[in-house]
Amino acid sequence: MIWIKAKRVIKAGFVNFWRNGWISLATVLVIVITLFTIGSLIFSRAILGSMISQIQDKVDISIYFKTDAEESDILALKDSVSKLPEVKSAEYVSAEQSLENFKERHKDNALIMQSIEELGENPLGAMLNIKTKETSQYDSVAKYLESQSGTAGGSMIDKINYYQNKKVIDRLSKILDSAKTLGTAISVILVIISIIIAFNTIRLAIYISREEIGVMRLVGASDRFVRGPFIVEGVIYGVISSIIAMIIFYPLTLWLGPMTDNFFSGINIFQYYVANFGQIFLILLLLGVSVGAFSSYIAVKRYLKV
Amino acid sequence: MIYFDKVSKIYSPTSIALEEISFAIEPNEFVSIVGQSGSGKTTMLKLLLAEEKPTSGHVFFESIDVHGVGRKELHMLRRKIGTVFEDFRLLPNKTAYENIAFAMEAAGKMPEDIEKDVPQVLELVNLVDKSWHFPDELSRGERQRVAIARAIINQPDVIIADEPTGNLDPLNTWEIINILKKVNEFGTTVIMTTHNKSIIDSLGRRVITLEKGKMVRDDKEGRYVI
Repeated sequence: MIWIKAKRVIKAGFVNFWRNGWISLATVLVIVITLFTIGSLIFSRAILGSMISQIQDKVDISIYFKTDAEESDILALKDSVSKLPEVKSAEYVSAEQSLENFKERHKDNALIMQSIEELGENPLGAMLNIKTKETSQYDSVAKYLESQSGTAGGSMIDKINYYQNKKVIDRLSKILDSAKTLGTAISVILVIISIIIAFNTIRLAIYISREEIGVMRLVGASDRFVRGPFIVEGVIYGVISSIIAMIIFYPLTLWLGPMTDNFFSGINIFQYYVANFGQIFLILLLLGVSVGAFSSYIAVKRYLKV
Repeated sequence: MIYFDKVSKIYSPTSIALEEISFAIEPNEFVSIVGQSGSGKTTMLKLLLAEEKPTSGHVFFESIDVHGVGRKELHMLRRKIGTVFEDFRLLPNKTAYENIAFAMEAAGKMPEDIEKDVPQVLELVNLVDKSWHFPDELSRGERQRVAIARAIINQPDVIIADEPTGNLDPLNTWEIINILKKVNEFGTTVIMTTHNKSIIDSLGRRVITLEKGKMVRDDKEGRYVI
């Protein structure tokens, strides 16, 4: 019996969806817009996230060693720095490599190249490039290195460039922090607004059927039997809308992909779409279905009082 | 079977719909309730269906106090009462067949019973060829016949008809009345409100007359007297 009733409710939901025609179409359209907004936020966050991590990646501390520093001492310092919990990576660049890099960078400048040739020996020392997990952690790492410079191993340090860059780094981490907070706040507000719009649209769609709901009650239908098809309809709205939204994102991201790739260098929005297709679809589907079902439930409840 | 016990319905001191109404209806009766507009006929039927609550008094249906039934069980009671309204109240998105089948589905009947009973009742109201039409594709008379078919499909103990012919031409009016008479002959109690003098006079059955919310007459073989 339960199976028969469930079958009737589900069938009635589909039939109502189909026969309501324009109302169903309009409701789906509004939910598509809602889900599209939310999907766009997911993509924006991905872009913002990749931008932030890229900027963060460009920030590092370089430690320049004196030319007479022993390689083994430097490597020992590198090991101890790597063990710090804040440090993400420490890269050792030998004196020869530094020179190579320098030559590579200035290969078009004949004067510099000539000077190097004339100098005969390598004027550059080895260096360590250190990256931390958060931009705010550079200060403590710099302090640690500072404290090391008093020791035997530390005396080989020529210069730590953090103090030259301190202001820029501080400012950057502040900007990144506020960008994250602002992004989250805007997302939350947009999500709430779009869900409220979808919710009200479904309520309006059911408002049209309010008399029918009363008739069903008078004919002897239980609350559940009246409500069931409306909830099924709400679920159908959600499923169809999430599929449409995902389909719209395909050509859109395909078109925007190269642009994002050039502009933000590092993230191609289309590749992101393809790579995270399942996850994004699941989020939109769950959101659409729950908004649809919940709105229907609330809306029908109002007219079930007969 | 149905018993109104000193029932009053007062919306506001200046708007008294029913005042101290008491009467009983026995099984298999055909009762007409007459009175001018605003005399309280529809309110009386709404009280029996528990669409409205009385200000004082009790309404009993088969010894159950209708207004003591909780919302969750109300639909069980309503399945024993078939309803027909002046404005038909069909489900616009369902065909004639589906409107009738809906009442059976709501009552939890098996699919094979639905497939058997709906065509039979469609035949009774003479609508077999229109069974797959939607309400807006049917004439008023046809719509009302669908509504009656829906009301009787679950073999209720009582049929309540609120001005069932109010929107119909004379020919359709008589068709509806004849169907109701037939239903009554099969053993179903019928309670009908109407304005129509000729119907009442030709029926020659019990007539309850209301005037400004008060019961002024209750005649066994009544005529339309206002």
